[in-house]
Amino acid sequence: MALATFQGGIHPPDKKELSKAKAISSTKPPKRVVIPLVQHIGAPCKLSVSIGQEVKKGEVVGAPEGFVSAPVHSSVSGKVVAIGDFPLSTGRMVTSVVIENDGKEEWTALKDNPDYLALSPDELKGKVKDAGVVGMGGAAFPAHVKLSPPKEKPVDVVILNGAECEPYLTADYRLMVERPADVVAGLKVLMKIVNVTKGFIGIESNKPDAVEAMQKAATGEPNIKVCALEVKYPQGAEKMLIKATVDREVPARGLPMDVGVVVQNIGTAIAVYEAARYGRPLVERVVTVTGEGIKEPKNLLVKVGTQVSDLIEECGGFKSEAAKIISGGPMMGFAMFSLDVPVTKGTSGILVLPEEEAAHTEGFGPCIRCGRCIDICPMGLMPSMLSVLSERGFYEESKEYNLFDCFECGSCTYVCPSKRPIVQLVRLAKSMTKP
Amino acid sequence: METLKKEHQLIVSVSPHVKSEETTGRIMWSVTASLLPAALMGTYFFGPRAIFTVALCIITAVLSEYVYQKGLGKKITVSDGSAVLTGLLLGMNLPASVPFYIPVIGSMVAVVITKQLFGGLGFNVFNPALIGRAFLLISFPKLMTIWTKPEAAFVKMDALTTATPLGILKEEGAAKLIELFGDKLNLYTQLFVGHRAGSIGETSAIALLIGAAFLFYRGYISWHIPVSFLGTVAAMAWIFGAKGSLFAGDPLIHLMSGGMLLGAFFMATDYVTCPSVKKGQLLFGAGCGFLTMLIRLKGGYPEGVMFAILIMNCFSPLIDRGFKTKVFGAKKETKAKEAGK
Repeated sequence: MALATFQGGIHPPDKKELSKAKAISSTKPPKRVVIPLVQHIGAPCKLSVSIGQEVKKGEVVGAPEGFVSAPVHSSVSGKVVAIGDFPLSTGRMVTSVVIENDGKEEWTALKDNPDYLALSPDELKGKVKDAGVVGMGGAAFPAHVKLSPPKEKPVDVVILNGAECEPYLTADYRLMVERPADVVAGLKVLMKIVNVTKGFIGIESNKPDAVEAMQKAATGEPNIKVCALEVKYPQGAEKMLIKATVDREVPARGLPMDVGVVVQNIGTAIAVYEAARYGRPLVERVVTVTGEGIKEPKNLLVKVGTQVSDLIEECGGFKSEAAKIISGGPMMGFAMFSLDVPVTKGTSGILVLPEEEAAHTEGFGPCIRCGRCIDICPMGLMPSMLSVLSERGFYEESKEYNLFDCFECGSCTYVCPSKRPIVQLVRLAKSMTKP
Repeated sequence: METLKKEHQLIVSVSPHVKSEETTGRIMWSVTASLLPAALMGTYFFGPRAIFTVALCIITAVLSEYVYQKGLGKKITVSDGSAVLTGLLLGMNLPASVPFYIPVIGSMVAVVITKQLFGGLGFNVFNPALIGRAFLLISFPKLMTIWTKPEAAFVKMDALTTATPLGILKEEGAAKLIELFGDKLNLYTQLFVGHRAGSIGETSAIALLIGAAFLFYRGYISWHIPVSFLGTVAAMAWIFGAKGSLFAGDPLIHLMSGGMLLGAFFMATDYVTCPSVKKGQLLFGAGCGFLTMLIRLKGGYPEGVMFAILIMNCFSPLIDRGFKTKVFGAKKETKAKEAGK
């Protein structure tokens, strides 16, 4: 049977073999953590601790402001030693709380609730919100917002995104193999919250053991279906995933809820389960530290706020001269300028590339109109035209070519034989004009 | 600290951080390589003179690109292979016997006027090699239509001349052409192998098909243009090819003679001058086929591939505009809008 998929897409080498077989392991407890008050898309949190204050693990250090926001919690027990502006991996300066770890791992009072499925959808949603759960695939959109579709947009499907289509990354894969029951439990909570009876887990078929593990965990759950998807980037992009798993096409510029779908990431599902069952806030996550430039690639369970330099050390340091270090995957991740930045809720991977792997464009050629980017654009755009128009400053005109439908997956730039920085030119045009 | 030392050397650039190994140069050199079988067959049939003509085209093309770019202080892009490819294609489109200044003038027109004056690679409207050839055909009509008889021998330097199959077809009809080759099967065989008069690189169908197969295998060309081009030619040749009666023409003769295969697989598919959208390429190919047959059957020239492609080149931007791709999710949006009205 042909595997479910979407039109277009590319096949970059997946390089997952570097870290695929490494079971999730915990890092050494960090001496101190730096917890940014913005780890999500939306309003920054309001500081709720002061310097010198003792905090426990799981204690709120930043309270959400507004609906589209998510609280942040301390990932260690210890003392607040500093509050100030610190850089994120993107380079953005964000007010952050520095907490010195006392090593005691003392949690705030958590309440085990084995009967969590008996709670009402609103109570469950409240737990997700209080736990500060955000989309852990990278975008970090607050989970409870996605779980609150307006009345006129009825939702009937929840899809868990297990595609993990970015090359190198294996965090979600490890979670599916090691904790399939928790993933299913999380999905059930999500389905209960939005009151739907159809749950899907979409997984790229290059992870057969994950497909098998999830299928096993979902036996006896007639409402949950595990879908093996064709291996193709960007299979894990929301719109592509929805097209592949339930064959619905999210309207241009629309949201998944426009076609009755809520999509959440695998890691998010586990965080949702832990929030519902134990009331445990999101203070740690799995991060794949990998790449040809790191001595010992690993999948690490990391406390939010741990410095990237600590993770590098944990993995034996650099193998050779590290040329480029990326937060996230190689297709959509950010190149970091410093290792002294914290892991946040949205950090799915740290990728260390040596010089020969780091494709950085020193110069690029003219568009030779080969049409490769047009053939592979998952959004059905004409990236070649967008790049040419943007290069010449015709930003308004580029809107005729659906500039704002581009979600910057990078496929066009990957295939371009002239090595044109198409995504960058698209971003430039987007910033110079309005939708 | 070790990490701090490294930190200062980190490369910070925009995503994506990995890129395919495909480069413009690799594509150009691969297409060049794919033309070699046909060029070698041309040398085999038309003798050392053929090599001399092709080599002169390539050398002039590269030199004129270099001199132009050097003279204007532009970046030298000779190594991307596109000038070599243009020279090779032009050479393959010339009769073997032309005097030395023909390749030189043709290559200069192709590279300097058609490509560089329009802004260089990627900005030219017309296929450079074809403009070079068109310029020569119009300026030196006599020299450009003296066809060496294929001899498959390096010994005879004073080659005999003869007419091309298309010329015979035009002037004397299909019956005469078959008669000259003995029988129909022999005609097909000779056309397939390339043992016929014509431009250096256009005669051997088998060699051209081998090169085209390589380009398909590498994904450098898609089926859209060749299939619609050749399909239209075949259909029109079948329907209108015979004098006096419909549906009695011989498509195979038309497909394997003239610059048909060289044009359909290697020249009409030129990225820069053909439409980028696949659906548009179908129209482009069909247009090339239609114009080729129009010229062959009704025009003044026996062969129409070159003019057909050049004329369709003009329409490429328009075709791309007309066949703009549909954005993901657009269909439903319009449906919803209609439903809302």
